[in-house]
Amino acid sequence: MEILAQYGTQLVLIAALFGLLMAWGIGANDVANAMGTSVGTKTLTIRQAIIIAMIFEFTGAYLAGGEVTSTIKGGIIDPIAFTAHPDVLVLGMIASLLAAGVWLVVASFFGWPVSTTHSIVGAIVGFAVVSLGANAVQWDKFGSIVGSWVITPAIAGLIAYVLFISVQRLIFNTDNPLENAKRYGPVYIFLSAMVICLVTLQKGLNHVGLPLTSNESTLISLVLSLIAAIGGIFFIRRLRFNPQDDVKMHYSNVEKVFGVLMIVTACAMAFAHGSNDVANAIGPLSAVVSVVSHGGAISANSAIDWWVLPLGAVGIVLGLAMMGHKVMATLGTGITHLTPSRGFAAQLATASTVLLASGTGLPISTTQTLVGAIMGVGLARGIAAINLGVVRNIVISWVVTLPAGALLSILIFGLLEKIYL
Amino acid sequence: MPVNTILGLFAKSPIKPLQKHIAKVHQCCEQLLPFFMAVAEDRWDEATVIYGQINQMEKEADVLKREIRLKLPSGLFMPLARTDLLEMLTQQDKIANRAKDICGMMLGRKLTFPADLSQDFQAYIKRCLDATELAVKAIGELDELLETGFRGRELQLVEEMVKQLDIIEDDTDQLQIGIRRKIFARESEFNPVDVIFLYKVLEKIGDLADQADRVGARLELMLARN
Repeated sequence: MEILAQYGTQLVLIAALFGLLMAWGIGANDVANAMGTSVGTKTLTIRQAIIIAMIFEFTGAYLAGGEVTSTIKGGIIDPIAFTAHPDVLVLGMIASLLAAGVWLVVASFFGWPVSTTHSIVGAIVGFAVVSLGANAVQWDKFGSIVGSWVITPAIAGLIAYVLFISVQRLIFNTDNPLENAKRYGPVYIFLSAMVICLVTLQKGLNHVGLPLTSNESTLISLVLSLIAAIGGIFFIRRLRFNPQDDVKMHYSNVEKVFGVLMIVTACAMAFAHGSNDVANAIGPLSAVVSVVSHGGAISANSAIDWWVLPLGAVGIVLGLAMMGHKVMATLGTGITHLTPSRGFAAQLATASTVLLASGTGLPISTTQTLVGAIMGVGLARGIAAINLGVVRNIVISWVVTLPAGALLSILIFGLLEKIYL
Repeated sequence: MPVNTILGLFAKSPIKPLQKHIAKVHQCCEQLLPFFMAVAEDRWDEATVIYGQINQMEKEADVLKREIRLKLPSGLFMPLARTDLLEMLTQQDKIANRAKDICGMMLGRKLTFPADLSQDFQAYIKRCLDATELAVKAIGELDELLETGFRGRELQLVEEMVKQLDIIEDDTDQLQIGIRRKIFARESEFNPVDVIFLYKVLEKIGDLADQADRVGARLELMLARN
């Protein structure tokens, strides 16, 4: 207990620093995966992608990041087990942050496709089990989180499959694909906007001082989506179609319409990514802050301190601004044969799935969800060639990351214990 | 976290190289026409030069073929079966081999055909080239097929092309029978060994259309696997 009184501020500052660094790393690296399809299909330039990502990652993290943050903060561990040992919780959370950070640096050095989410969850479970034994972890919650890692890519794949088939039915396989693209494009925009708004608003915006009833939020969602759709109509009208392009490739002009749709889904992707992944950086931080500011009291449902979510959001934006350009540049040239219609289906499916997970407080991997969605489009025979080796690597890294994160956090926790206790 | 997760997910599409290959093959076959003209007019030097070009193009097609094979590892998830793609590639490549065989055979024996059959031969070759050209077109539609998820109108369009290939192949068979009959009627006028080879060349030219038709059949099979 004395440690908290003595070093409380110092510990919060350390946690805040590591949290910020982690958020920075997420902004610098993870966002490239989230926005990669947009840049890869050349619907957005790198600069545009970064600007969109900055705005929507921030709003996503700030407005919709609360649920997942709460899960990381107090959902995986059992708060009751820690009531007698708040100091352990504080050090453990700091250790988890550090462990996840170290693991991510190691993994990216070797080029392994690991997920930030998996590392942080593994790290938290690791320190909890070692410090206070197996009953310090809420295994059923942990189980449902791990289960969601398998299910979310599958769900995203299914949604992407259905979306892509619907696009084929309504637009590509018709007499006049371009006309139909113009007609149904706004409908898809409406759909995308509706998903984002509903998930975000239904969860409420209490923490930003905007309490809404269910009806109100539905109404607002409808209005906002309509505005998005009308904006879409406007943008699609403004497109210049060149029949000459269709000589070489019949569907060049149709894809231009999907380019507009992809801007919307790119926003959705950034928003969804921000809402889910900000927790990886600031979930542990908010646990530390909450324990220290309550003088050692641990409560399961305490609110997240007001400055924590924005801090994470700012970290992500900083990472994006400083490193985004460099990281995305490697993406722009790499993805070939991914057309906007496919990118649209994959992104919308991913964004919806991730947002749903964010709404239910499940920390999942955006990248892996996107991979699932792309596989879904592939199953609908929409992509020329998908490298199954990458999928295999993801599964392997998935299995390795949990114990690796746990092991590292145990080591770092031991070190911190030596220093402070 | 590494950036290459999404990047690495997309493998290089085999479609463009496949199209490049068949285009090269067709280009190779097209040289047959000037070759025959040269032979008909006894310009053997020119024929030799053209043979060199055909040989060169056939080699280039071979290189393309090898590249595609190497870049099509088994760990790819594609809308078309890998075995089908490779089989089609083999069929495509055989067209170029036939073209080379024909020239080689004629050049080697300084084989000429009866002057009054020259027109028939030309018409026959042209019709065979129609087939290879249509094969190029059909393979060219793979881009669009991918866009439409191998469904719908685009699929019908390609199936129509494959049907057309069948028709052309039938045509060339008829032309072949006609020429064969004419040669048969005057067999005794020629050197017996020459006649044997004349029949052989006739057959090999027909093979061009046959082979193109087989490419179409492969394509159809590939698309039928829904």
